[in-house]
Amino acid sequence: MFPYIVRRILLMLAMLTLLSIVTFLLFNAVPTDPARLTCGKSCTPAIIAANRIRLGMDQPLYIQYLEWMKGIFVGRTYGSGTAAFQCHVPCLGYSFRNGEEVTTMILQALPVTIYLAIGAFVLWMGVGISTGIYAAKHRGQWQDRTIMGITLVGYSLPVFFVGLLMLIFLIVRLNLFPYPSYVSPTYNILQFLQTMILPWISLSILYAAYYTRLTRSQMLETMSNDYIRTARAKGLPEKVVLRRHALRAGLTPIVTSAGLDLAGLLGGAVITEYIFSLPGLGRLSISAVTEYDLPTITATTLVAATFVIVANLAVDILYAAIDPRVRLS
Amino acid sequence: MSEKFAEVKQADVLLSVTNLSVDFTTDDGVVAAVHNLSYTVKRGQTLAIVGESGSGKSVSSMALMGLITSANSKVTGEVVFDGQDLMSSTSEEVRKLRGNRIAMIFQDPLSALHPFYTIGYQLIEAIQVHQELSADDARARAVSMLNRVGIPSVEQRMDEYPHQLSGGMRQRVMIAMALVNDPELLIADEPTTALDVTVQAQILELLKDLQQEFGTAIILITHDLGVVADMADDVVVMYGGSAVEYADVMDLFYSPQMPYTWGLLASVPQITEHRERLDPIPGNPPSLINLPSGCVFAPRCAFKDLVPDSRCESERPQLLEVADGHLLRCHLDDQQRMFIRQDRNIGIID
Repeated sequence: MFPYIVRRILLMLAMLTLLSIVTFLLFNAVPTDPARLTCGKSCTPAIIAANRIRLGMDQPLYIQYLEWMKGIFVGRTYGSGTAAFQCHVPCLGYSFRNGEEVTTMILQALPVTIYLAIGAFVLWMGVGISTGIYAAKHRGQWQDRTIMGITLVGYSLPVFFVGLLMLIFLIVRLNLFPYPSYVSPTYNILQFLQTMILPWISLSILYAAYYTRLTRSQMLETMSNDYIRTARAKGLPEKVVLRRHALRAGLTPIVTSAGLDLAGLLGGAVITEYIFSLPGLGRLSISAVTEYDLPTITATTLVAATFVIVANLAVDILYAAIDPRVRLS
Repeated sequence: MSEKFAEVKQADVLLSVTNLSVDFTTDDGVVAAVHNLSYTVKRGQTLAIVGESGSGKSVSSMALMGLITSANSKVTGEVVFDGQDLMSSTSEEVRKLRGNRIAMIFQDPLSALHPFYTIGYQLIEAIQVHQELSADDARARAVSMLNRVGIPSVEQRMDEYPHQLSGGMRQRVMIAMALVNDPELLIADEPTTALDVTVQAQILELLKDLQQEFGTAIILITHDLGVVADMADDVVVMYGGSAVEYADVMDLFYSPQMPYTWGLLASVPQITEHRERLDPIPGNPPSLINLPSGCVFAPRCAFKDLVPDSRCESERPQLLEVADGHLLRCHLDDQQRMFIRQDRNIGIID
């Protein structure tokens, strides 16, 4: 078990390195000139040249990459002389557009995205798994058919559609909720919840529908296994058979899916954040893209991809925890 | 032979099944998986149910355990276990019997054990669902039962998973798990089919020993007549969802009466005679959807032309007593059957 985890972590580090190279190259291949962009209105070629040196963009690409990496692990200094300033560890870059360290911007946006993603995750997993079990238990009966019908609708509703409907009807027309205005939960928990509840719901509808269907099909598949018949033949109550024997066995694909979906959202739930004006990672990325803020785009992409890779590792380790056959072979 | 039967008949009846039928409604029609099956199991004795795949032998025992619960199924008939009518009991009452007074073991012990839980966990779970025992006591009980069924280094095995054990060991675990609450009835559904031949013999020996020791009655579901001869007291031969012959094991082997039983016996290799090939029964088991109105075996029966007016194809024969305690579902009359048996040297002609 232990060597397996070590091997997986080493593999993950290799992937992260590769990922940072690709991300870096991708955004530096964009045909824009950051030096020009940071220059402002009254721009002379001399200023552009000076900016280029200040940004380190006169260096060959591999030096620039190494500088970037160095910034992440030990910090780096931009410019020289009196104009020089320190970018602290982990320095993901400096946004000249906003005049701010990218790390600071990400650290501000990240909690918002984490609250949004985790809240929605808890909601959809709770609803999805329990409804899925219920549907499987009543397979073919009206309960099952009703649930399957509803999930089909839920599954076909795009997030932007549900989100906009909620915004228009529940907030604008009916005034059931205040206009979304994000505050930190430590600052005002009530306002935080009032702001987050609709984003949570609109984000979880699609996922809840998907996880209901996934759980149901997994349950039905595992229920036909011989060991479920054994569990019943032992005289276990049906509840125990379902939860302890069937669900556990059908859990692996659910865990995989859930881990990757959560990781995807942690990289920024772009549409939901936009609709409900939540200052999270998704909004940060979008505004960075529209403003050609290359250091920020590179950094948010790196962060989002890191979430996915780490989630992959977590899922693999969870696999081993769930299925002893994975652990021992 | 009649004396022996009378003696057995007086023995204490543990389970009596009367007119048990199981139907499944499917898109293609109603599948009559079991039709009017009746038998009795006496305390401490073994009843074998023999038949091909799809003859309804497994379904019938699942039904009496209350394990046929799908929405498209219908189970009717009377099942009385030790004076308790299981068909009119609540599902909760039947659940309390399952794994407790009636236990079951299955064909493939690898798929029948949960792959994610240790042997010990699965045994302790089986104990604690029916007995108020502390974790330590339940564990001690599990260990002693595993010891009893011949598992080496039990303490270590308790913490291992099913895939770490050999097939024979897994079936021993299944047996230990079934017997852990001292059941009065054990339903063994093809317990040796998935095992190596040498291991098969060990498992059968173990079952016989345990039956002696605990006085457990066994319903043995099998298609292996060798196992039947070794284990059974009474035999039900099933074909197409119905019992076609039901007799004392001696009667069945020495004076089999049903053409299907003859076919089964002829398809068993004999060590005492030289045969170029085995004689399989021609044709396939019937589809259980829209069964023919005549004898279910008629399409494969070599002797149906001996019965006048093609009654085999038009009229379903009744299960009738042809000798003391020997029930038969066949239109052939006594003389015809005797003649055929003499002609083909089937059983022992007395």
